[in-house]
Amino acid sequence: MPTIKVNGKSYELKDVPLDTPLLWFLRDHLGMTGTKYGCGVSECGACTVHLNGVAVQSCVTTLEEVGESEVTTIEGLSNDGSHPVQKAWKELNVPQCGYCQVGQIMMAAAMLKSNGNPTDEQIETEMWNICRCGTYPRIRDAVKAAAKEMSR
Amino acid sequence: MSAAKHYPNALTENSSVSTEVNELVDIPSVSRRIFLATVSATSLVLMGKTMVGGGAALANAGLADPEQFAPDFFVSIAPDGTVTCLAHRSEMGTGIRTSLPRVVADELEADWARVKIQQAIGDKRLGDQNTDGSNSIRFFFKRMRIAGATARTMLERAAAAKWGVPASECYAENHQIKHKTNGKSIGFGELVEAARKLDAPKESELQLKPRAKWRFIGKDVPITDLNDIVTGKAIFGIDARMDNQLFAVIARPPVVGGKVKTLDASEAKKMVGVVDVVELPAFQGAPLFQQLGGVAVLANSTWAAWKGRDALKITWDDGENATYDSEAFAKQLKATAQKPGQVLRSVGNATEVISKSKNIVSADYSVPHLAHAPMETTCAVADVKTDAAGKVTSCHVLAATQNPQAVQQAVGPALGMPQDDVLVNVTLLGSGFGRKSKPDYCVEAALLSRKMGRPVHVTWTREDDLNHDYYHAISAVHCEAAMNESGLPSAWLQRAVYPTIGSTFVAGASTPAPWEAEMGLTDLPYDVPNLTLEVGEAKAHVRIGWLRSVCHIQQNFAACSFADELAHHAKRDPFEFLLELLGKDRKLDMVAAKLANRDAPMDEYPYDIARLKNVLRRAAEKADWKRAKTMPKGRGLGIACSRSFLGYTGHVIEVEVTKDGKLSIPKVWVSIDAGIIVSPDRVRAQIEGASIMATSQALFGKLSFKNGRAVESNFDSYVVAKMKDGPREINVDIVPSEAPPAGVGETGVASFAPALCNAIFAATGKRIRDLPLSGHDLSWA
Repeated sequence: MPTIKVNGKSYELKDVPLDTPLLWFLRDHLGMTGTKYGCGVSECGACTVHLNGVAVQSCVTTLEEVGESEVTTIEGLSNDGSHPVQKAWKELNVPQCGYCQVGQIMMAAAMLKSNGNPTDEQIETEMWNICRCGTYPRIRDAVKAAAKEMSR
Repeated sequence: MSAAKHYPNALTENSSVSTEVNELVDIPSVSRRIFLATVSATSLVLMGKTMVGGGAALANAGLADPEQFAPDFFVSIAPDGTVTCLAHRSEMGTGIRTSLPRVVADELEADWARVKIQQAIGDKRLGDQNTDGSNSIRFFFKRMRIAGATARTMLERAAAAKWGVPASECYAENHQIKHKTNGKSIGFGELVEAARKLDAPKESELQLKPRAKWRFIGKDVPITDLNDIVTGKAIFGIDARMDNQLFAVIARPPVVGGKVKTLDASEAKKMVGVVDVVELPAFQGAPLFQQLGGVAVLANSTWAAWKGRDALKITWDDGENATYDSEAFAKQLKATAQKPGQVLRSVGNATEVISKSKNIVSADYSVPHLAHAPMETTCAVADVKTDAAGKVTSCHVLAATQNPQAVQQAVGPALGMPQDDVLVNVTLLGSGFGRKSKPDYCVEAALLSRKMGRPVHVTWTREDDLNHDYYHAISAVHCEAAMNESGLPSAWLQRAVYPTIGSTFVAGASTPAPWEAEMGLTDLPYDVPNLTLEVGEAKAHVRIGWLRSVCHIQQNFAACSFADELAHHAKRDPFEFLLELLGKDRKLDMVAAKLANRDAPMDEYPYDIARLKNVLRRAAEKADWKRAKTMPKGRGLGIACSRSFLGYTGHVIEVEVTKDGKLSIPKVWVSIDAGIIVSPDRVRAQIEGASIMATSQALFGKLSFKNGRAVESNFDSYVVAKMKDGPREINVDIVPSEAPPAGVGETGVASFAPALCNAIFAATGKRIRDLPLSGHDLSWA
């Protein structure tokens, strides 16, 4: 039976078609609702998770495509909000409604792993997630604050 | 924006009521204990009045735990000293779930670390719960102070009795009652038992804290849900779960008013995980908040239901809106705007002055349909129980709703049960912008749950959201002015044409209502001797709804753009011209202008031109407006101001437009005067967000229809601003004020788009009158 690895644990895929997007498997089968649905077509980034440490959109990534890769969700990033990106988000009071913020945080965490000191332009390009509340100015500042913290 | 008072069949006004008994309910799945319960009082009077009569019985009102001291629905204290505040407005990003309890806690002199917040169910005894219209602080600032002061006063009296001293010698400080001279002090919790036995004081006996002693009002604190949000633990409507629930995705008629003609569900029913396929009836009469109808697929996961829906074979009877074409309709609106309409406000004789003038300026503006597109689509779960005969015996809805009372009012009749018996719990909302005050999706969940005999969760896909919204009205606004010799308008005519929100509530309504016109048209603040403000007829072919800032979107776009056009026509500096156009400091005569002022008292909330000019001046000063004159081509400053939702904003926007027409917005300055501010950082956040939302609307906002069907169906076609599109820097200036609290959330939108387009004109010489900007070539040579 195929299995999937999420946040360090393996789950058997019983009665779940392999063409199911990872997003809905996480939310409806594993009950991990931290990862959000926003568009279903990889346009908004609300569903961003890490696959072997790299940001992917779980709404367009099927279980088959995940295969043996390690999935990390917000529930696995840190359970207590102690990841530097989460800390920066809290420090700058980034969220308004909060719905897209998990995806934003996962995107920022992955970006900072590969680029510890992003320029404004790089942040604008990499952080393409949609926030309808309009928290972009604070996200930009929080990414920089997290980068600073992580480079210490 | 609330439609409540205008459409009594859709919503009812809240009023002071007597009450008997309400059940205790506990919902472990949302981990928020339900607050309103076991009420045994005989006469509770809410809404700005302290509860009177009833003594100890009243002390229990609104609380599940009889051991607690609960002098008011909105506050209770447990014997361990924990203070619990009831949040009865919905949290969709404004911070209101934190801000109103802060007001209670301040007046109570509570230690914020010992304050818990609980979300209320929908219950009209709590007063207005329609979290809409930028009303929460305005409606409930004083009410929350009274709640806190009532509890504080009773604690002071309980301590005084215990110590055998006059209550006037006792005072509250940081979760303790202290004696003024003898050094004694006692914690709130220790006074609970004694305080519970006291009669609640009358409002006239309360002494509210003077402003100098406020500890929380006007001071920043992180929102209560912050850690849950960044750890993914926050529960939104899409995350709401009930035991044994099914997941539903619905195929709705692609044209409003359409019906299912034929259905073949055989393939869908074979899909893995699909449990059933259920047809939903089309709505009757005006749309209201009824279900749209269609075919629901019920499954054991959202994705299975979605795949099942894809497999449905449906043909539709499209009905009378089958030919709706928004491009052709926009032309019709523009044509209508050229002809005399219904005059809603008139001063002097603008038409005659214009007809005789040799110096006339005219312009036509348009804004397309817009969608709310909240980041979280509309989602709800409902559990409806029936008896053996099929009669509904109970209904519990758990939803991301801006208005749990509207859910009761929509679901009750849909199920044939008393609306007050519908139990509604509110999750966090992944934003709303007005969409989630229209609970058609809750009705869908309730109807499906009744049919299936188990809880049903309805998820709208993004395509559903954009294809079946209550859209912001498509519009045309015609402006004309006659200019006098000193370069100011001697006459101003403005005529707005758009399908009315009223059409959603009264079938066939086709004239904008006075309260819609009052958002940027009939409340025109300019000091012009001849003024004619009109609306024209337009039939609705889709559901029309209110979207953040509502009719200010089109009416202020016209009014503030046209002022700038006149300034340039007169070869004047736009800022100085605007100040002069606003005229001398005065209060607008709202009685003469027949303005309703959002039902706010005109003495407390006058239309104060001095305050409007003040925000304009402050924004200009912070932006260093004098730079405007010396900027090179391709760079420009634009300015605009408005009063909306009783708050005042002045905007200055700086743009850069490259020769090949690429627009960027390096900086924005906004001054806002919204009276007394409870949470300054959340006000700044709202104004930052309003700037981004207004950027979305101005740059990209367009939802079009062909053959009655929405054309744009996801974020690849209905484009919204991303970080790279938005202003790089947003400077928010909050005007210190002693005035009563006014609106904020929507107030920041109204003058943004015109200021942006005024800046584009300054930079390029191109005047944008038809939004969105994405349809225009901004290149220059």
